[in-house]
Amino acid sequence: MVNVLYFASFREMLGKASEQLPASHTTVESLIAELAERGENWKQALLDNQNLQIAVNHDVANRQTEIKAGDEVAFFPPVTGG
Amino acid sequence: MAPETQQSLKYPNIRVQEEDFDLSTEVAKLREGHTDVGAVVSFVGTVRDINEGDDVAVLELEHYPGMTEKALENIRQEAHQRWELESSVIIHRIGKMYPTDQIVLVAVSSRHRENAFYAAHFIMDYLKTNAPFWKKETFPNGEERWVDARLSDQEAEKRWK
Repeated sequence: MVNVLYFASFREMLGKASEQLPASHTTVESLIAELAERGENWKQALLDNQNLQIAVNHDVANRQTEIKAGDEVAFFPPVTGG
Repeated sequence: MAPETQQSLKYPNIRVQEEDFDLSTEVAKLREGHTDVGAVVSFVGTVRDINEGDDVAVLELEHYPGMTEKALENIRQEAHQRWELESSVIIHRIGKMYPTDQIVLVAVSSRHRENAFYAAHFIMDYLKTNAPFWKKETFPNGEERWVDARLSDQEAEKRWK
């Protein structure tokens, strides 16, 4: 399984903070492609979003980053701390 | 062991907490055992009561536990590699805050002032664009808005490349 997390406006827009998904994808890109099929809000947040931020196992990642069972993948908007 | 305790053992110079902090106490701790320090520079970020022209009543800070601490520690280590520093600490608050509250503290010590000035500035610029925190504003009428990332913060980071 892969642990998928959504933060801030993404959590609100997608209606969930986290979920466990089967580890059936080898890259973030392919995971996004599947999630985008859930509906327009998923497509907008993840697939069409030029500002999408991605982390894999707490490190900054991108669409090409490889993923495997046990990984934690997070999706979020640009950060605004400080 | 609570997750927060695990994080604080792993990264003793990084703190992500709901509680407020006291600048004098933190600077005293930073200097403890460093008798060769000749300069301490600290930055405190505070909650404004106005943003993008709108009155702000409440500011709520969300973060990504685990990644936040790691990202902050990476930034701190990078500062130590770039400049000769004696010690440094980063404290970032989370949860609900109100105008005039303190949000963030960056404090660094070094033998000479230039390194401390540069390092504190660098850490804040990198924190703004690399640490996974998100701000949500609540206006006096109860409406909420997620704060948008600023292009000026992206530009500020670039000056250190």
